[in-house]
Amino acid sequence: MGEKVLELVHLQKQFGDHTVLRDIHLSVEKGEVLSIIGASGSGKSTMLRCINLLETPTSGQVLYRGQDVTARDMDLSHYRAKVGMVFQSFNLFNNMTALQNCVAGQMSVLRRSRAEAEKIAMEYLGRVGMTPYIHARPAQLSGGQKQRVAIARALAMEPEVLLFDEPTSALDPQMVGEVLDVMRSLAGDGLTMIVVTHEMAFARDVSTNVVFMADGVICEEGRPKDIFENPQDPKTREFLSRFLVG
Amino acid sequence: MSFFQDVINIVAKYYPQLLSGVGNTMLIALTGTVAGLAIGLLTGIVRTAPFSRNGFVRVLHRILNAVIAVYVEVFRGTPMMVQAMVIYWGYAFASGGSTLPLIPSGMLIVSVNTGAYMAEIVRGGIISIDKGQFEGAMSIGMTHSQTMFQVIIPQVMRNILPSVSNEFVINIKDTSVLNVIGVTELYYFAGIIKRQSFETFQTYLVVCALYFVLTFTVTRLLRLAERRLDGNDSYVIFGSQSDSAAEIHIKTAREG
Repeated sequence: MGEKVLELVHLQKQFGDHTVLRDIHLSVEKGEVLSIIGASGSGKSTMLRCINLLETPTSGQVLYRGQDVTARDMDLSHYRAKVGMVFQSFNLFNNMTALQNCVAGQMSVLRRSRAEAEKIAMEYLGRVGMTPYIHARPAQLSGGQKQRVAIARALAMEPEVLLFDEPTSALDPQMVGEVLDVMRSLAGDGLTMIVVTHEMAFARDVSTNVVFMADGVICEEGRPKDIFENPQDPKTREFLSRFLVG
Repeated sequence: MSFFQDVINIVAKYYPQLLSGVGNTMLIALTGTVAGLAIGLLTGIVRTAPFSRNGFVRVLHRILNAVIAVYVEVFRGTPMMVQAMVIYWGYAFASGGSTLPLIPSGMLIVSVNTGAYMAEIVRGGIISIDKGQFEGAMSIGMTHSQTMFQVIIPQVMRNILPSVSNEFVINIKDTSVLNVIGVTELYYFAGIIKRQSFETFQTYLVVCALYFVLTFTVTRLLRLAERRLDGNDSYVIFGSQSDSAAEIHIKTAREG
């Protein structure tokens, strides 16, 4: 298939005595939309956060195009600009408007001029349907609107991979749709995405690959059709039976 | 009615001294608050910065943190009046008799004293900012210092403004202790006026009123500043076709 963009090798994460991730192996190819599903506390989010080093892995490697990003001399700033992230709690900068949120990183990390950064920001804010609200501050936006701005902020950095950490879990059902629509359209455009989600319909219909995690290990990995229709691992079967996807 | 006449007479006769005292008090309190805030921001940023991967820098950072901790504890834990005596006469002792100019001494003492409180106010302000703000900035590749200056400190400044206002008011009142080293602030002049007029109660009543006018004005002004910082409740819809006078304003829509 395509070229490997990200690879996790022997990834291990401990918080004190508690092992959250054990010996994780995972590889993500360009254009892949990977959904990570599993019960709360199974290590999904921790794994995602290890990819852009918001959590430092206890051992193992995170390879970005073959380069180990956990190495001491790694330029993390540059790497994180390439691997964007969208959070469950949006994490928009509260002291800035929607537009400023999308401009700040471009200017200080990518060294773009203000004019160029604003032009690019407007493009992506338009893409997520937030053009009318560019002068609004986060406190003035609804949850779904905030998340769309957060996606625009990440896209404005023109990343190669976008990580989503339960992007719709803090939204009420009405707003989940507008965010999923944006994500679906990004997936359609061939953006490489890794999505931790509880939206089984999204995992089944949009992603190219699905990973099921339990107790800090990857139990099963495969095409959505196989995972949802013919799960091999009993834990996967039990987990999916509770979601009643037909 | 002779009591009120006395009060009016004091104001009329001694207003140059009173004004000079008000001026010096405000000068010392203002510089002390601003410099104290600067000290607080500096120490707050140092103390909340993550330790470097570089061993040497890390050791230096730890030493700096320890120095700041000692500074905060010592200057919070002793009266400013005593600090004034120790610093002023300590300099005279060390220099073999020469003394520092009084007003700058007063500024230095109030700044260093306020800095110790501000250090804790700012640190509290920084750690109360949601961790998500740091993570949001990190996730787009911002460095720690870019995050601090563009995202965190602007929010901290807004949040600590009530405490800063508090410190300013305290400083206006507490400059009065500087009379022990002879700084010509308002309380110092009160002593002089009292000795000349022999009207102790009337003199201190006037001075009391003056202090209140100063502190009340300052708190009101800073409340105004807070409201300015909070910005407008509404925002302009981008791309609305109507002219600016008819622009659509949407009221704050917080999610329920």
